[in-house]
Amino acid sequence: MSLERFINQAVSSWMSEDGPDSDIVLSSRIRLARNLREVTFPSIATKESAEAVIKAVEERISNGCPTRFGPLEMLKVDDIQPLQKRVLVEKHLISPHLAEHSLNGAFLLSDNEEVSIMINEEDHIRIQCLFPGLQLTEALKAANEVDDWLEEKINYAFDEQYGYLTSCPTNVGTGLRASVMMHLPGLVLTRQMNKILPAINQLGLVVRGIYGEGSEALGNIFQISNQTTLGKSEEDIVDDLKGVVSQLISQERSARDALAKTSNIQLEDRVFRSFGVLENSRIIESKEAASCLSDVRLGIDMGYIKDLSRSILNELMILTQPGFLQQYAGGPLRPDERDIRRAALIRERIRMETNQ
Amino acid sequence: MICQECNERPATLHFTNFSNGEKTELHLCERCAQEKGEMFLMSQGPGFSINHFLQGLLNMDSPFQQKTKEPFQHETVLQCEQCSMTFPQFIKVGRFGCGNCYATFREHLIPVTRRLHSGNSSHIGKIPKRVGGTLQLQRNITSLKQTLSDHIAKEEFEKAVEVRDQIRSLEKKLAVERKEGE
Repeated sequence: MSLERFINQAVSSWMSEDGPDSDIVLSSRIRLARNLREVTFPSIATKESAEAVIKAVEERISNGCPTRFGPLEMLKVDDIQPLQKRVLVEKHLISPHLAEHSLNGAFLLSDNEEVSIMINEEDHIRIQCLFPGLQLTEALKAANEVDDWLEEKINYAFDEQYGYLTSCPTNVGTGLRASVMMHLPGLVLTRQMNKILPAINQLGLVVRGIYGEGSEALGNIFQISNQTTLGKSEEDIVDDLKGVVSQLISQERSARDALAKTSNIQLEDRVFRSFGVLENSRIIESKEAASCLSDVRLGIDMGYIKDLSRSILNELMILTQPGFLQQYAGGPLRPDERDIRRAALIRERIRMETNQ
Repeated sequence: MICQECNERPATLHFTNFSNGEKTELHLCERCAQEKGEMFLMSQGPGFSINHFLQGLLNMDSPFQQKTKEPFQHETVLQCEQCSMTFPQFIKVGRFGCGNCYATFREHLIPVTRRLHSGNSSHIGKIPKRVGGTLQLQRNITSLKQTLSDHIAKEEFEKAVEVRDQIRSLEKKLAVERKEGE
């Protein structure tokens, strides 16, 4: 398969499309956890109870899907090849837990992959909406529509005091986890991230590097999400997160301005060195690739690199994960082979742009 | 021992993982461990969050409870009628067995939810249209009553009368729906 076709098939809308503030906010995600009344939760489920959940959702789909999202098709985890599962996990469409540990796990996906519904994950039903850029309110609206549609036919476990009942008490109440993926190279380069992180944690929000360990975030990509799900309305949870994200956006922008003023040539040098590595290397590990991709994306955002599309970071961060590399290669690869493949894929992807 | 992942190089790293009482072992070479580590961190990084500390949080109550107990008193263990999960089991795994567990363990859960959700112990968000019953109506009435007393405090009596009429009509509606529900 040609790389172009492979990418077209592999890329979800949040990776390739622009959204509001998408120079800094890569994607917005809303997740709602829901459970069925009178059915044991997946943690202690039997084959029969897990089957009952699948049946309830299947019945709901047979009565038609909400038109805005197009047809939703149910896929069962057990019917999918391990490599395909890994790819779906790398695209954040299903969770590792669903892929590896679920009993009768299944999921529904919309055509543009903005809506996914996981079944028999930690909770019976997990609705997820993933949008490009900063679109938390829009994603919440979409998730609520899917939720209302399911609720028309499915009896949810709901309690007047505790709200939507979930398997883990950390999700009870709204069952809502709102999260935003942000590219913050300016704040990392100016060493402000370490000061900002504790402040954000104090506000009941969690920050983590999604592709790295602890405070070291691979590719300078951070995920910020709410921790509190009980005692706040869905709108307030989203608004509070949005408030903090807007602050971070303006701080990141001023950090970038400051960098351009104080160390313009050093930054330009860094950007083009990284570009050189991506354009020319024959072997590249995922860590190095992530850090170079972050530099190049910063270079595009700040105008050093002109003829390269911005979505290259989002796309290649996902496409150079082990699962995708192996799918593109058409079979399993050893780690050293992956590093060679990764380098080849990145070179080819860049050539695709510059030829146009 | 050969690496489980590539079946080529000798396994130099040995992982033992205990979770939910289950033990799993993993033997890897350095190269595969690194790759796998990246996979874990990418996909499961978010998994290591408050859930893992939950057991500690839930156990915080137990020293007090034990002190007040008579030494030879029989312990009555709370057990969910629907899924037969007991409270000690819940503490161990940090997951409920079914929706009914919340009702069974209700009293014990308030301190837990307060710790987990910045002091909150009741839901004020979305209510499902069908299953939520009259809850939405009740909430509307409560909020209108607040508006009413605000108007009275500000001596806006005309507005107060309007709101009072709204409350009355909602209360009628509530009474009807409650009867239908029975």
